[in-house]
Amino acid sequence: MNKTTVISAAIFTAVCATGAQADELNVICSAEQEWCELMVAAFEAENPDTEVLMVRKSSGETLAQIRAEAGNPKIDVWWGGTGDPHLIAAEEGLTQESGASTDELLGWARNMSDISNGRTVGIYAGALGIGYNSEILEERNIEPPACWIDLTDARFAGEIQVANPNSSGTAYTELATFVQLFGEDEAFRLLAEIGENVNSYTRSGSAPSKAAARGETGVSIGFMHDMVKLASTGFPLEIVAPCEGTGYEVGGLSIIEGARNLEGAQAWVEFALRADIQSRAPEADSFQVPSNSNAEVAPESPDLASIKLIDYDFATYGSSDTRARLLTRWDAEVGDPNPEQ
Amino acid sequence: MKRTIVIWLIALFIGFAVLPWHMTNDGFLSSEWLVGATPTTALWLIVQDGQWWLIGPLLAGLYISCIQLSVKNPVRRAKLSVLGAAIGLVLTMIQGLIIVRSGPRILNSLFEGTAAIDGQLGFGLGAGLCLISLLFILTNALTQTGKAQGDAFVISMIGLIIALVAVFVFYPVLHILIRAFQVEDGYSFYGFFPRFFSSSIWGLQCLTGGRSCGTAINSLFLATMTGAGTTLLGLSFALILTRTQFRAKKLLRVLTIIPIITPPFVIGLALILLFGRNGTITAFVADFFDISRTRWLYGFWGVYFAQLLSFTPIAFLVLIGVVQGVSPSMEEASQTLGADRWETFRQVSLPLMRPGLANAFLLGFIESLADFGNPLVLGGNYGVLSTDIYFAIVGSVADPANAAVLSIALLTLTLSAFLLQRKWVGKKSYATITGKADSGQNASLSPGVKALCYLTALPWAALTVVVYSMIVFGSFVKLWGYNHSFTFEHYLRAFRIDFSNGWRFTGVAWDSFFTTLTISSIAAPLTALIGLSTAYLLVRQKFVGKEAFEFSTMLSFAIPGTVIGVSYIMAFNFPPIELTGTSIILIIVFVFRNMPVGVRGGIAAMSQLDSSLDEASTTLGANSFTTVRRVIMPLMGPAILAALTYSFVRAITSVSAVIFLVSARHNMATSFIVGRVENGEFGIAIAYSAVLIVTMLIAILLLQLLIGTRRLRRTDRVQQPS
Repeated sequence: MNKTTVISAAIFTAVCATGAQADELNVICSAEQEWCELMVAAFEAENPDTEVLMVRKSSGETLAQIRAEAGNPKIDVWWGGTGDPHLIAAEEGLTQESGASTDELLGWARNMSDISNGRTVGIYAGALGIGYNSEILEERNIEPPACWIDLTDARFAGEIQVANPNSSGTAYTELATFVQLFGEDEAFRLLAEIGENVNSYTRSGSAPSKAAARGETGVSIGFMHDMVKLASTGFPLEIVAPCEGTGYEVGGLSIIEGARNLEGAQAWVEFALRADIQSRAPEADSFQVPSNSNAEVAPESPDLASIKLIDYDFATYGSSDTRARLLTRWDAEVGDPNPEQ
Repeated sequence: MKRTIVIWLIALFIGFAVLPWHMTNDGFLSSEWLVGATPTTALWLIVQDGQWWLIGPLLAGLYISCIQLSVKNPVRRAKLSVLGAAIGLVLTMIQGLIIVRSGPRILNSLFEGTAAIDGQLGFGLGAGLCLISLLFILTNALTQTGKAQGDAFVISMIGLIIALVAVFVFYPVLHILIRAFQVEDGYSFYGFFPRFFSSSIWGLQCLTGGRSCGTAINSLFLATMTGAGTTLLGLSFALILTRTQFRAKKLLRVLTIIPIITPPFVIGLALILLFGRNGTITAFVADFFDISRTRWLYGFWGVYFAQLLSFTPIAFLVLIGVVQGVSPSMEEASQTLGADRWETFRQVSLPLMRPGLANAFLLGFIESLADFGNPLVLGGNYGVLSTDIYFAIVGSVADPANAAVLSIALLTLTLSAFLLQRKWVGKKSYATITGKADSGQNASLSPGVKALCYLTALPWAALTVVVYSMIVFGSFVKLWGYNHSFTFEHYLRAFRIDFSNGWRFTGVAWDSFFTTLTISSIAAPLTALIGLSTAYLLVRQKFVGKEAFEFSTMLSFAIPGTVIGVSYIMAFNFPPIELTGTSIILIIVFVFRNMPVGVRGGIAAMSQLDSSLDEASTTLGANSFTTVRRVIMPLMGPAILAALTYSFVRAITSVSAVIFLVSARHNMATSFIVGRVENGEFGIAIAYSAVLIVTMLIAILLLQLLIGTRRLRRTDRVQQPS
């Protein structure tokens, strides 16, 4: 027994770990890995005294983690990831005001800051769209879709894949977009009709576009920048901006309440909002639209000016009450929790 | 006065007066205190800062010393020492739980003064040593009371394992399970039942109509099928390897191990590329037979298929030792008495393998229940508990209460399976390794059984070869499935080494690769040690509450990793035990999550060892420790190998639990791979997986060499087919 204790003590010493120090900045990044790394390298180049400790986790995982850590957080800044979890964190008091200036930012980014009382600020936007595998549709002689309404057509029977809004933020954005575009009752009628053509409601939001890229399904609904990325690696994925108009997500940036390195966190926020920094996203193959009005937009990015964007109401559709109501209705009218086999 | 108690008393006082009581903000083991900053020992804190609540261990230590010196009656002395140590433990833990970082949680009026209001950090070296010393004083004294059976070694081991399981399994898991009883404001016992018995969990619609059942029923069906399927396949492999003259045994052996060393999502992806609607084999079959391509892979069959592929090795690892252990004498006796080979197999060999079969089934069943990677990729509309639990925690509507309810449903299934397997194994003796001369030859398989083994195992092995060749292929092409031009690009990005300025590891994967290897090589031996010790206690020792103890060791294995991950943050992000952000928490989560495999494999192997071996050793004057080291350990080779292999590999490939526990300094390979797959960067993810597979394969072969094969008999002979 003594031996075991001695050995484990020795091992503990060997892997001796240290927590945060004053000149360390702990960042959780919920955007693409490469973009995260680019940001860290750029920040460290400008602030040689600060060591940035960055780890990538999805926004849902991050929210669960900062909830569990509340009171003694190990994270300073949460950069990137879809805006809804950032807004929820702000609502629950898990994040704090950053005090950064939003003067240079575009309207939708300032809006994020306004609804959350400055606790989260928008850093990029990505529009929702339809993706289709051109090889599959050609092979089956299916005319590609151009509008949301096309998806109700019987020619897409069994070819559409979309995520389940109960688990995926992407799919919830789609649900909220339909409600804002068509009105609530009409939206659910359309979704149910599209549902006739849906082969599977996946649990993960990015899965449908990946399936479409590989031809496992013909058509997918998801964020256009994800599709651009897949297409740029060589998949025959075509991207459609629906003719009726579409909704979008805003990537958030928040400082965690009780951050140990508040100064560093504030420096990070100011840094991440700068035009020259945001212009570098395409270097990491990230094609979201930057929030700083002076930042350059990559040519591959879906041009938000040419897409009909709805005036997405984040305050209403981000609130827990609306969310619960819409999802209950979705369960009842669109996605059956116990589908036919 | 007993020497061990004196040693632990000294340790107690060292922990109290010499080592720093708390951890520092720099971590558990900062060496700051050595270089002469202000002393932070408990003694100093009490005298200087008036933190009187730390006095528990000192009082207990002084009290036990007095007892040991003054009381003459040994039984009375031991009883009083047990009492003292228990009180010391309780006082120390209670103060740690009450006064946290932000000051006292309850009893504010009792804890006054700035020291209390400022709060305290987590337990450090001093507190740890004090607690361990008190625990061992307690167990040592307990043996002297004469009430407990077994010697000091056994009792100390039981005490230690119970303490570890309590701290690292019960304590965190309670944090999340209690959420099941949470209602709007507060907790309600009755609010739980309607949610628990809802039809979305237990619905049986699939039996009557064309609709799918509740998620628990789906999970139960899948797990039963997977458990049965993997046990059957594992048995086929074990029989081919031990009872036939099959030529390519070595190759087969490697094939049986490979699937557990596959990082998550890779098997799913490979299956999609083969059998998906656009897959190679699907296209071939569709063109050949002129049938339309379907999405059959997405749903029950796809998940079942992937799980069979992933979990058969576990069944095999448990069964191989057991099949080898079946004594030839019994089979020969059966044949001498006139039974043919089939009857011998059915009436003698198979019943003797029962503990192995039961434990293999149980592991397959539980693995299937807790698996979340395969259902996520291939599940389609077939909902199971594990994915629902994951999305109840991280989904767009996070509902920890629902996750807790679902986890309890999952635990119910596990507990039922556990009880059923116990009933099936029963109280019979399966001991066949007795130490007596045992030089017969194992019966060969009857033609029917042999054909069955070949028919199940060989196609499966062929499929494994195809799947793994595809993975290697996929890592060398530009875009797997679309652009098959050869490239090294993925390997270069992940594992580039810059030689221009000496050795510099510039690839993006190196960091997580080294962390992963370090952490899993530390976790694996610890897991095997704790798992096999537990198995030894369960098979060989009798103590009160043994069954509850046995089930509790399986708890952390049966709960999905996501739940474990979140509950570990809830429990270990705050004093008294603050471990988040360190590598220690990763090691601990691996040890306690994978320990059940060591336990199950150990139980299966140990129930074959006749206890007359232990008795002989004890009679000849050895104590339990020596018996374990010199008699039992050498006979446990395959079980040790299985536990080491499994825990090493699992630490590398597990994903759901570590997602929440990785930090920038300690990032793990799987979390890196999953991040890349999430982004659609398949090439680098697959290249990384291929490197991991090769690394693990080498490690396993080295382990096998190191442990060697156990020799039960002079030669393992199999009867030549006549």
